[in-house]
Parts: sequence; structure tokens; C-alpha cells
Amino acid sequence: MADMSANRPEMLPWFARLQPGAVLVWTLLFLGGVVMVTPLVLMFSTSLKSAGQIYDLRFIPAEPTLNNYVRVLADGWFLRWFMNSMIVAVCVTVSNVFFDSLVGYTLAKFKFRGRYIIFIAILSTLMIPTEMLVIPWYLMSAQFGWLDTYWGIMFPGMMTAFGTFLMKQFFETVPDDFIEAARVDGMNEFMIWWKVAMPLVTPALSALAIFTFLGNWTAFFWPLIVTTSRDLYTLPVGLSSFAVEQSIQWEMIMTGAALATIPTLIVFLVLQRFIVRGVMLAGLKG
Amino acid sequence: MAEITLRSLTKDYGTVRAVHGIDLDISNGEFVVLVGPSGCGKSTTLRMLAGLEDISGGELRIAGRLVNDAEPKARNIAMVFQNYAIYPHLTVAQNIAFGLYTSGMSRAQKDARVAEVAGMLGLTDYLARRPAALSGGQRQRVAIGRAMVRDPVAFLFDEPLSNLDAQLRAQMRIEIKRLHQRLGTTIVYVTHDQVEAMTMADRIVVMRDGHILQVGAPVDLYENPVDLFTARFIGNPSMNVLDARVQAGRIIVGDQDMGACSRADGAICLGIRPQDLLVDGPGTAARINATVTAVEPLGPETLVHLDAQGHEVMATAPGRVIPAIGSTLTASADAGRLYLFDPDSQRALGRA
Ligand SMILES: Nc1ncnc2c1ncn2[C@@H]1O[C@H](COP(=O)(O)OP(=O)(O)OP(=O)(O)O)[C@@H](O)[C@H]1O
Ligand SMILES: [Mg+2]
Repeated sequence: MADMSANRPEMLPWFARLQPGAVLVWTLLFLGGVVMVTPLVLMFSTSLKSAGQIYDLRFIPAEPTLNNYVRVLADGWFLRWFMNSMIVAVCVTVSNVFFDSLVGYTLAKFKFRGRYIIFIAILSTLMIPTEMLVIPWYLMSAQFGWLDTYWGIMFPGMMTAFGTFLMKQFFETVPDDFIEAARVDGMNEFMIWWKVAMPLVTPALSALAIFTFLGNWTAFFWPLIVTTSRDLYTLPVGLSSFAVEQSIQWEMIMTGAALATIPTLIVFLVLQRFIVRGVMLAGLKG
Repeated sequence: MAEITLRSLTKDYGTVRAVHGIDLDISNGEFVVLVGPSGCGKSTTLRMLAGLEDISGGELRIAGRLVNDAEPKARNIAMVFQNYAIYPHLTVAQNIAFGLYTSGMSRAQKDARVAEVAGMLGLTDYLARRPAALSGGQRQRVAIGRAMVRDPVAFLFDEPLSNLDAQLRAQMRIEIKRLHQRLGTTIVYVTHDQVEAMTMADRIVVMRDGHILQVGAPVDLYENPVDLFTARFIGNPSMNVLDARVQAGRIIVGDQDMGACSRADGAICLGIRPQDLLVDGPGTAARINATVTAVEPLGPETLVHLDAQGHEVMATAPGRVIPAIGSTLTASADAGRLYLFDPDSQRALGRA
């Protein structure tokens, strides 16, 4: 009996309870975490340094200053680009949440001829890399006069095959009984989608919204190509122009970048709790 | 309120015929139960009534109006699903009010109607809760509330109680029946539980393989089944069926004489309900000597499993005496309680 109680896990010191596999996994995760967090920390610390200190690579600045923030915010361009990025990312996100789920729902819940072909066609566009599409997009924008407009920045992303695929998969998990019950209650198909099906897939909608917002907030390549006037730049394009036009002002770039992470943090914090909240099954049998 | 008429109603899934042209008249305010084994087309029939499934052939009339191609909402019918299908993201009150979404009522009218229905179903204290915080029986009540709130011409139920435990099922059975008496609305109710069918129905419709085998009041089906299938299906425990033969006006099983019969000589199926076959009973028919193989004491009576010369038979021992396993006893039924069936067509041949 005595040796048994000595072997009970909670009687041992914490380090003796660790398993070798767990130690390895935790070590690797810790190293991975350090690798990912270091640039962020450097970004924030650089943004707090004056121009003379930036090659002094210590994490805690010797004389921290908020001067860079004052300068970046006082410069009208930064706020302009911030707004541009916000307009683009919000419009594209709203559009994706609406249209991707509308198409995904239709493909998941309606039986019609050719729906499989349509689904395959949508999926196959995932295999074409963006780099190949940029030239056709550009020519198209030139033809339609979309160059150097908000619409020109936004149109390639207004609907995505990935989002459609994601939403279709989630709508397939919505039990038909929910939809049929609403149909018998007299709702039209659009209202069934909006009032019944959409609330049941909020976790997927939140994930889609986060991905889309982050993707568009940080998008660089296409906005760089399609915009020429400085007042249409998005934030990443504008920040990179800091680097080219004047001699590279790292502390200004890092300050801009630090400010640019704020909306992504907010979006993530607001939406991720919906992802965690699994609402789906509570209305069905226990 | 409305009567519902089915005329050669047919459903094909591709080349497979799930419902083979059924005819049925459901009168206003009637409680009709569709029963039958799994896959016999009960749900399909109900879904055609609701408008959730296209009708492949025949006619469906509600209140005299042909509704074959009418949208579900144009039929003003309400349906309660096996899985309740109440919305997890809405409260009980919102779920019940959901049925009123297209009603065009004012907010105050809706609230009053929801409160009235919730009161009837004993849900008043739960109106602000979400379904996750309700028991199975309460969830099913919410589903019924959502159906009731619209004041539909008929309710359709598809196995609404099959997810509940036995005790709750018995309670909900009575509640639904009371509700029907109070509202007087036509109900079409699908189940494969014959106890539900017997206890709730005004009329039972027995289905098999997409056909209607028999329609009748519960007692009617119990007393006069048209064939072996219905005879076995209705009644719990199920009827004993023995291979027998008629010889010179007597029914013979093995070498035991079971009683008189006026049919010509030949093979026959003999059905005896366990409730009719009484241990040490005074009956003159179907006197069998048998060995007890198992007993199921139910309190006021005991179900006795018997081995009668290789035939397994179930009988009832009335009173609180429980026969010992392995003992030998005599069971018998009253004359007139034997059901006869044709062994080939399985059609009923009357009683003896
Ligand atoms: N969508 C469908 N496609 C093809 N066949 C179907 C479809 N739905 C049902 N069936 C077939 O139709 C027949 C009747 O099915 P139905 O669901 O009406 O049975 P049921 O009597 O309700 O059975 P249960 O008691 O198991 O619910 C079955 O043989 C089934 O396989
Ligand atoms: Mg069914």
C-alpha cells in the first residue's frame, strides 16, 4: 500500500510527473513561440526608439519615446492609408461573409442539376496561383477603368473559392430538420438562410471573417499594382513607400506597422469567442 | 380545421416506389396514427402532406382544395419533428414566436399568443431560456408550442416521442392526447410504437412496404386484424402464431386438439393473443400443456413463456402467483378467441 500511494501522480514533485515526450513537445513549442514572437517584440521596441538608437538591438529601449507615434499620426498620409485599408478590408470581408455563405448554402442544401460540376469548377480556381491572375486582372481593370479605384483594389477578393468551400462544408452539418421546420412555418428560402442557417454557422462565419479581414488588411502585391496615386494606397503599400522615398526610416516603418496590428488584434479578439461557442447541436435531441 | 383526403397518393424516388398509391380519408378533428415497421413509407407520406416532398402521383386535398403543388406555407399545416428542430440560438419565447414570423401580427399580439401557448404547455417559467438549458421533454413541448402558435388546420407529428425515455414518453402521450381534445385540430401522427398508436389514435393506419394494410379504430384492429402482419403488430406482447391444421372440424397443433372450427381440412395459421391464453384458465379452447421457460412478473399479472412440444408460446398468469420455471401447467383460452389465418396469403380467415 505504501509504495502505491507514493506512486500516485499528485504526490510527486512537478518535474517528476513530466513525461519525456511532453518535455520534447513543450520545448519545441516554446522555441517556435520565441521565433514567432521575437520580430513582434522587436517591432514594438524599435517603434519606441529614436532614429539614433535603432541599431542598438536591445529589447527594452534605453530611452523609450513616443515621438515616432506622434510623428506618424501627425503625418496625414498614415491616417489616409489606414482608412483606405479599413475600407477595403471591411467591404471585402462583408462581401465574402455574405456571398460565400449564400453560394455555399445553395450548394450544400439544394439538389439541382449540375451542382456538383459548379462545385468542382469553384474548387478548381483554388489551384490557380494569384501571380498568374494578376496580369488578367490588371488588363481587365484597365479595360473597365477600374485602375486606381477602391473597386479595383477590392474586386478580385469580393468572393473566394476557399470561403465558398468552407461555408458549404459547414452548412452541410446543419440538420435538414431545422430548415424544413422553418419551411413548414412559412418562411421563404432567403429568410430561412438568413434567420435559421446563418446563426447556426456563426463559428464558421467568424473564422471566415477573420481570415478575410487579415488577408486583405495585409495584402500588398495587388494593391501595389492597381494603385498609382498616393491617396489610394493601402497601409502596407504606403508603409513600403516610407522605405523607398526617403532613406529607410526603420523607426517610422515599425511605428506604422505596430499601429497596423491594432485592428487585426481587435478583429481577432472580438470574433474568436464566436468560434469557441459551439451552438449547433443544442437544439436537437440530447 | 380541415379534412385531408389522399387519393392514390404515390411517391417515387427515381425508380424506387416508396409509397404505392394510398387512399385515405381523414376527417376534421380526427387523430390518425400511421404505424408500420421501419422503411414502410410513414415519414414519406407525412412529408408529402406537409409539402416537404414532391408528390409523384395521385391527389392530396386539404379542406377540399387540391394542394399537390402548393408550397408548405400555403397549406397552413404545422409539423413537429423527431429531433424537435428548435433553434439553439433563440430563446423558448423566440422559438415559439418563430411560427408567427409570417403572420403579420403586431408585436403585442404575438407576445400575447406566445404567452397563451406557453401557458397551455407549462412553459411559462422557461420563456427566457435557450434550448440547451431544457430537458428533452421540455424541448419537445417547445416544438409543439411552435406548431400550435399558428393555429394550423392540422398537426403532423413524425415520431415526436422516440427520443424520450419510457416514463416521459408515457406522460407526453397523455399530454398530446389532452391537447388534441382541447384544440380539436386534426392530427396525423407517425410512430412505429404500437403502444402509442393504440393509446392515442382515433383511427390507426397500418402500413407496410408503401401500402396501407388496414385502417380502423384501435379496438377494431385488435379484434379484427385483416392479416397476420397487423395481428402481430397490434397488441403487446405480440400474438402467438402456431402452424396448425384442420382435421375433421378440429384445429390440431402437433398432436394437441385446440378446439372446434368449421373450415375444410388443410393447413392453417393459428393466432392466440398472450392476454387471451390464461394459465389455469377456465377456457375450453386451445388447452395446452406446457413447460415454463421464463417468467416476466408485471405486478397484477405475469407473462409466462411456455414450451409446448417445441412451440414457443406466451401466456398470462393472472393474479400474483408466479409459476416456477421448469414446472408444467395448463393454459387455455375462451372459445372465440382464436384467430385463423391462411398460411399462404396470410389473410385472416375469421375466428374460432
Ligand atoms: N431521399 C430518398 N431517396 C431514396 N429513397 C428514399 C428517400 N427517402 C426515403 N426513401 C425510401 O423510402 C422508403 C420509405 O421511407 P420512410 O422514411 O418513409 O420510412 P419510415 O416508414 O418513415 O421509416 P422509419 O420508421 O424508419 O422512420 C424507404 O425504403 C426509404 O429507403
Ligand atoms: Mg420515418
